Amino acid sequence: MNRNRMLRCTAGFILLCIVILLLLGCSLLSGSTVMSAGEALDVLLGKRQDPTAESILLRIRMPRMTAALLLGGALSVSGFLLQCFFGNPIAGPFVLGISSGAKLMVALLMVGTLQYGIVLHSAWMIAASLLGSLVATGWILAVSGKVRQMSLLIVAGVMTGYICSAVTELVVAFADDANIVNLHNWSQGSFSGTDWADVRIMAVVVLVVLALVFLLSKPMGAYQLGESYAENMGVNVRQFRIVLILLSSILSACVTAFAGPISFVGVAVPHLMKRLFGTAKPIIMIPACFLGGGAFCLLCDLLARLLFAPTELSISTVTAVFGAPVVIVMMLRRKGVGDHA
Amino acid sequence: MRDLLSANALTVGYRKDRPIVSDLTLTLVPGEIVTLIGPNGAGKSTILKSLAAQLQPLAGTILIDGKPEAQMREIELAKRLSLFLTGRIHTELMTCEDVASTGRYPYTGRLGILTAEDRRIVNEAMQMTHVEELRDVPFTQISDGQRQRVMLARAVAQEPDILVLDEPTSYLDIRHKLELLALVKKLARERNVAVLMSLHELDLAERISDRILCIHNGKAECIGTPEEIFRDEVIASLYGIESGSFHALYGTAELERPMGDPEVFVIGGGGTGIPVYRRLQRQGRAFAAGVLHRHDLDYPCARALAAEVITAQDFEPVGEAECQTALQILRTCREVICTVSRFGTMNALNQRLLQEAEKLHLLISN
Repeated sequence: MNRNRMLRCTAGFILLCIVILLLLGCSLLSGSTVMSAGEALDVLLGKRQDPTAESILLRIRMPRMTAALLLGGALSVSGFLLQCFFGNPIAGPFVLGISSGAKLMVALLMVGTLQYGIVLHSAWMIAASLLGSLVATGWILAVSGKVRQMSLLIVAGVMTGYICSAVTELVVAFADDANIVNLHNWSQGSFSGTDWADVRIMAVVVLVVLALVFLLSKPMGAYQLGESYAENMGVNVRQFRIVLILLSSILSACVTAFAGPISFVGVAVPHLMKRLFGTAKPIIMIPACFLGGGAFCLLCDLLARLLFAPTELSISTVTAVFGAPVVIVMMLRRKGVGDHA
Repeated sequence: MRDLLSANALTVGYRKDRPIVSDLTLTLVPGEIVTLIGPNGAGKSTILKSLAAQLQPLAGTILIDGKPEAQMREIELAKRLSLFLTGRIHTELMTCEDVASTGRYPYTGRLGILTAEDRRIVNEAMQMTHVEELRDVPFTQISDGQRQRVMLARAVAQEPDILVLDEPTSYLDIRHKLELLALVKKLARERNVAVLMSLHELDLAERISDRILCIHNGKAECIGTPEEIFRDEVIASLYGIESGSFHALYGTAELERPMGDPEVFVIGGGGTGIPVYRRLQRQGRAFAAGVLHRHDLDYPCARALAAEVITAQDFEPVGEAECQTALQILRTCREVICTVSRFGTMNALNQRLLQEAEKLHLLISN
């Protein structure tokens, strides 16, 4: 890597960190109760006794912000992994229907257990979500074996997503219970209602998987040249593909378990990061996607809370508005260079 | 010399019950270039894939430096054997240097970060294949010829003992074909790399290879030096050439001979007749050529294309008998073309053909 690229990468990471800090600040202070930075600092440092404010900051806003940061990052890294796997920049957990598969499985589990008044530990939710992800991924893999054309794969994924969503709606509609309201909110995608216990679990899962993904960056770089060359460079391709798809599924499953399906982050953010950093090298892109996804979701969550306050939008509504145009632009651009598709 | 790569009774294919090539035995020593030739679909790529451990052999063994390839670790093999494939690769935001650097993969650590030494080796490889000025250019923005050279730099940077190339000259024009093969040759001579490749261009295969392996009918039909393999009948049977012919010595291919009685007589010699023969072939007109010496430059082409060739003894002047035969045929033709501008001792009698043509008003300008 030459000096210019080093410089660009360093600048990119600094920029992302600044954006994240700014967004964290905004998220902390804004909402139905507006606070000034000084007030918030006083409360947090214990200089002012204000149980309501303390509760808002520490119990509601901070866990929510952390969740948005972690899960947004996880989602975008998951998307980047899928893009590497399929050699297709439009692949992502939502676009390929993997998030929706996870959603369906979690909804089934929740409806099944809520009837008996059991409240499940979030580990179970993650497990159900992972199962759903893997089933959906398996299905998409089977389809990808049949269709060589990448746009068809995306269509198959989107359709799978619709089917899973429809079944989820059906399940939710038939399970008539007060708790279903929550379920419905969750199935639309939201970071609200996250507490520290959730954050602890998601932090452990996301950060551990992220570390493993980072260790995978070398074979991923080789895999970008295609399967044959990767094999010739000494990558055990079979093993690599399994690990890659597993890690990607765990990440997107974790997101779905806690925040429901969130659209387009997995596709849009890696693309934006490639433009920002001017490289597709996994060793740069993995941390960049994580930070970028975190920033993207923080921003979207902030907008979801503020735009029509006190009504809160679902997070997917906002991510779709920002993410979908990016995907459309990418599809059009790929069409321009048809033979490279 | 030690055998770098040896394949014993190798059977390759994608399905157990449908082997593509069976019972292949082959050894490769350092610095040697072995080329696989054979018709499309004969299994050349399948053999190369199997030898490069990308496809499990159905039977037989492959030894790399005496060690069974199947027992080698992926990284260990990657340091010994480098692969160069036909297909275009699709890269995203990669410069040519990035692509060439991927050759260092087996040597870098857990995170794949290049050391100064790695970078020096990549640089050297890029210099060797003359792509150093493309270092910072995106791989998607260079020509096919340049891409192949960058991919070759990648293979060189891998510092292999064995280089396997699957039709490296596809997509290239003749100049770039020659350049690429010159580089391959340099690699074999200077770095003592054993090269195994498949080529479609027989003329190039003949010139670059130390040994040629012919793949046909599901087996290695013959293996030998180019002099042993490049005999007309071997090539014709290998490729099943029925419409057209191949002249092994020159490595030139000719299309099918126009059939029928000759309607044009060509007085040629010294290579001047060849363009006319080929033009008549394109027009589908049967023709006769003569009188030619067998060692004349015109002769192989005339023999391949003409309905009749009247030949004279090598190193002897054209004789009376040949001249009479030629005159007889000439008189049955509707046109005569003369491509030579002067007659000397050896073809003096051919002048009589020209005079006869003028007399009969058969001569047309070339």
